[in-house]
Amino acid sequence: MRKLLFQSLLRQPLTEQAPRPDDAALAELAAMVGHTARRRLGRSLSIREVDAGSCNGCELEIHALNNAYYDVERFGIRFVASPRHADVLLVTGPVTTNMRDALERTYNAMPNPKWVVAVGDCAKDGGCFAGSYAVVGGVSAVVPVDLHIPGCPPSPMAILRGLLALLVDVESGIAAR
Amino acid sequence: MPALIDLMQAGRRVERHYPWPRAIVDGEVWRSAASACANGGMSLLGLWGEPSRVHMAILDDRTSDIGVISLDCPDRRYPSVAAYHRPALRLERTIHDLFGLEAVGTPDSRRWLDHGRWQTRFPLGERLNASPDASPYPFLPAEGDGLHQVAVGPVHAGIIEPGHFRFTASGETVVRLEERLGYTHKGVEALMAASTIEQAARLAGRVCGDSTVAYALAFSQAVEAALQITAPRRALWLRALMAELERLANHLGDIGAICNDASFALMHAHCGVLRERVLRAAEAAFGHRLMRDVVVPGGLARDIASDGPATIRAALGEIRRHFPALVDLYDNTASLQDRTVGSGSLNPALARQFAAGGYVGRASGRNHDARRAPGYHPYDVLRFDIPVLNEGDVNARVWIRIREVEQSLSLVDQIIAGLEAGPISVPLQNGSAPSEGMAIVEGFRGDILAWLRLSGDRIERCHLRDPSWFQWPLLEAAIEGNIVADFPLCNKSFNCSYSGQDL
Repeated sequence: MRKLLFQSLLRQPLTEQAPRPDDAALAELAAMVGHTARRRLGRSLSIREVDAGSCNGCELEIHALNNAYYDVERFGIRFVASPRHADVLLVTGPVTTNMRDALERTYNAMPNPKWVVAVGDCAKDGGCFAGSYAVVGGVSAVVPVDLHIPGCPPSPMAILRGLLALLVDVESGIAAR
Repeated sequence: MPALIDLMQAGRRVERHYPWPRAIVDGEVWRSAASACANGGMSLLGLWGEPSRVHMAILDDRTSDIGVISLDCPDRRYPSVAAYHRPALRLERTIHDLFGLEAVGTPDSRRWLDHGRWQTRFPLGERLNASPDASPYPFLPAEGDGLHQVAVGPVHAGIIEPGHFRFTASGETVVRLEERLGYTHKGVEALMAASTIEQAARLAGRVCGDSTVAYALAFSQAVEAALQITAPRRALWLRALMAELERLANHLGDIGAICNDASFALMHAHCGVLRERVLRAAEAAFGHRLMRDVVVPGGLARDIASDGPATIRAALGEIRRHFPALVDLYDNTASLQDRTVGSGSLNPALARQFAAGGYVGRASGRNHDARRAPGYHPYDVLRFDIPVLNEGDVNARVWIRIREVEQSLSLVDQIIAGLEAGPISVPLQNGSAPSEGMAIVEGFRGDILAWLRLSGDRIERCHLRDPSWFQWPLLEAAIEGNIVADFPLCNKSFNCSYSGQDL
């Protein structure tokens, strides 16, 4: 284990390797997200994720945000276990009738100010599950949504880009208040 | 004890059901099939309904024969299979929730997927309007001095799917765990009925996000069986390539995540990097990180990118370089082994009884892999081992995954080397008469069963059975006697699907 840890100390971070267009865009995005988040939220944006009935595809890509390539924690964006600690509710999936209650209760448990981000095509309007007896519809049918990130599932980059858009939106929202 | 062939011959053979036979039987034969599953010798592969009919898919363990027996139940009642064979229980409760068919003699008549919140009852059978029913779910009782309950979910602490776990504990030790699932029930089978093959294929690929390739493959194979067509050789090989990449990505993610649940974040970080490499290669080769909507009935929606094989080879080279050090790290970290060895032991007899597939079954001595039996091309010409262990603990499930990563690396190499140029799809020729098709495909989690009846270019009925149906109940057994704090670890080592089960 010591050898592995030692190698990690000596190796370049993964995010700075392989300067392909993707990584360049990621670096640029990283700087912007970091800057805005720090200015508005004192370097902390806490996210509570709720799967309101997704197929698990969106969860996989949200998970990927925490891997060494995307590493969202370096921007102060982190996932928290309790809605009581959260600024942002990140919701995936078409909202199923069986999850509606749990989603509402999670939202109500969050302190103000709070924002809701709907992730994925299903979260927009129910996607290919719309119209089912077991589906309420998109996330906005149950809780107010501030931002929607499309994709099936959206890539980690797209989710990161969406969080940046939210920060910009939060900024203008606070200015307007 | 009867063989499957005897049961089938006792019934009336159904025409145009492929590739395995289906027979309509009477209640007597239905009951003897259930009892044969219970007594060993036969494995229950699936149990599903129609408005006034139930079907049971069976594997004869001795002859490896597969067949479906069907029972007409015009009075909306049929003899319970679970009364003989417990693995059928949740499937039976589901048939009741969706179709309103009553399993006579069932040991548990509580609802399963229906939480009393739909506006309707029996949505796939004779629909009844229903007002929401907020009565609490009656959990099974556990009695004793000083027992307390811990309720967890449906919203969990991490980024995971929703489900409810009710623990009864004595101090730190779990006395009983009861799962309550169904939170992500989206009504997929109702949406599929009367949809086009194309729409249904998209739905099939969205039943379970981590197994989108395997589900699309199972669905497509079932359609192709019903239509009696075969996808071109190049499509079959590329399908297998995608299936192995999916297996690699999931196993690498799981190995890291299991260690993370033992608070060993180093493995998680390194495995996460390897998983990401696979997903990026998949995107470069097939245009989507999870390879969604690439496998379609008739073949593939698109071919592999011209530099796809080279990209995949490069990514796999990277994994080959780094993975052995991680395996050593796992094997030589005493504090980690202390958590995984001996935790969450699953008795091989239970794994056999439930016909548990995937790493859950193979870590508990059940040597079954749908790529080998019933098997499908190109696995019949590829070389691979099916690792099997008998310990049945968290450690064994990790090792099965480690060995399967190694097997998949080799399979990907063989597939890329064996790729031939050629067409990637054949047109679907819709038969005039309705026909039925079935497929069993090995996803990373285990065997996925797809069964459907086509009428023209429409789906009349489609049933998709996730491997988790026969794994979730075993988690309840495996956690007994462990401490509550080890549940996340045990749960992750099973990594059952919520959405695949809830459908």
